[in-house]
Amino acid sequence: MTDTFQLDGEDVSFAPGQSVLQAALAAGRYIPHLCYHPEFKPHGSCKVCTVKANGGFGNRYAASCTLPAQAGLNVESETEEMNELRRTLVQMLFAEGNHFCPSCEKSGNCTLQALGSDLGVMTAGFRHFYPDRPVDASHPEFLLDFNRCILCELCVRASCEVDNKCVFALSGRGLDKHLIVNAASGKLADTDVALGDKAVDVCPVGVILKKRVGFAVPIGQRRYDQRPISAQALDDAPRQAAVGGCAACEGTS
Amino acid sequence: MSQKIRVATTSLAGCFGCHMSLLDIDERLFTLLEHVEFDRSPLTDIKHCGPCDIGLVEGGICNAENVHVLREFRKNCKILVAVGACAVTGGLPAQRNHLSLADCLQEVYVTEVSLEHGGIPNDPELPLPLDKVHPLHEVVKVDYFLPGCPPSADTLWKFLTDLLAGRTPSFAPELIRYD
Repeated sequence: MTDTFQLDGEDVSFAPGQSVLQAALAAGRYIPHLCYHPEFKPHGSCKVCTVKANGGFGNRYAASCTLPAQAGLNVESETEEMNELRRTLVQMLFAEGNHFCPSCEKSGNCTLQALGSDLGVMTAGFRHFYPDRPVDASHPEFLLDFNRCILCELCVRASCEVDNKCVFALSGRGLDKHLIVNAASGKLADTDVALGDKAVDVCPVGVILKKRVGFAVPIGQRRYDQRPISAQALDDAPRQAAVGGCAACEGTS
Repeated sequence: MSQKIRVATTSLAGCFGCHMSLLDIDERLFTLLEHVEFDRSPLTDIKHCGPCDIGLVEGGICNAENVHVLREFRKNCKILVAVGACAVTGGLPAQRNHLSLADCLQEVYVTEVSLEHGGIPNDPELPLPLDKVHPLHEVVKVDYFLPGCPPSADTLWKFLTDLLAGRTPSFAPELIRYD
C-alpha cells in the first residue's frame, strides 16, 4: 500500500521521500519544471514548478520539486492561474538574458525555449535587458556563452556532485548574480573541465557548448521539434515502477 | 457581400523573411484574398498606410524612420501584430545592443579592412540610427505577437484564419517557435 495525494483532482501515489514533482512524473503526470533534473538534488530556484498546495496549512504556493509528497495533500497544477504565473517566470528569464534563438545552436534542444513554446509564451513582454556578457571561448573543447545563462545551477551541481571537480559556481547577488568558473584567471581553459564530464552535458540552455558540433542536427530532427517538452519530460522521468529507486527501470514505460 | 478586411504590412529592421513566410502559405493566398485586401505593403507598393483592420509589422526598431512608420501603423491599424523574432525581441539586429553605436559604425565603415574606407555615411536623407534596437512593444502598444524566424506559413495562416473568423488566435506548441 502506498500513500496518495491529490493532483488536479486525481489520486497520485508516492513513496516516502518523494517530492510532489517526482511522484507526479513517476505517475505519468507532467508538472512544468526547469531547474529540476531527475539525477540531481532539487534546487527549487526557478519556481516554474510552483503549485498551489493545501495540506491542512491553508493554501500555499510551493515549488513542487522541493515540496515533500504527503498523504492527503491537495495540489493544483494544471490551472490557468498556475500556468499564467509560469509564463511570467519564463518571460522574465527571456527578458533578463540575451536569448537570440534564431542564431543559437542549442535551439530545438533548449529546455527554456521548449518550455516557453509548450506554455504558449508568445513574447517576453517585459523590457529586454540586453546585458553585456562576453563569451569565454578560451577552452579548446568548449565555449561558454553567458548570454543565455538562467542560473539554474545544473552545471554547478553536476560538476560538484558527479564530476567531483566544482568547476562552476554562481557569484554575486540579485541582478549581479552570474556564472563563474573555478580558475584564478576566470577562464574555462584554466580549469580541469573535460569531455565526458556530466557538467558539460547538463546545461538546459545554450551556455556550455561543445565546439565543432553546432547545428549538426537538422531542423525537424532536434529534441523538441517532434514532441513538446511535456511529453519528453515524462519519457525521461523514472516511472512508477521505479519508485523504490530502481534506476534500471528508467526509460521504460 | 461583406466588405473585405484591410491589411497593411511592412518590414522595419527586418529581412523580409516574414513576408516570404506569408507568401509561403501558397495556394491559401487565394482563399486569403477572398477575405482581405492589402493596403500599404511591399506587395502593393502603396507608400503610406490608410485606415486598416490589421497591421502586420516585421522587424524591430533600429532607426528614426522605423519609429515613424511604426507609429503610422499604430495610428491606422485597429489590430497591430508584431510578426517574427525581430519585431518581438529585437532579434539579431539587437545583438549590437551591448555595444556602443559609435564603435559599431567605426568598425564597419572605418576599421574593417574588407570594405571601402568611405567613412561613416552622413547623407542627410539617411534615417538616424537609434542608440539601441528595440522590439515593437517598447515603442507602441502591440496587440498580438507571432514569434519565429520566421513564423511558419502554418502559424501565420492559423493566426489570420482565427482572427478573420472572430476567434482569439491560439496555437499548438508546434506552431510556437522562436527560431
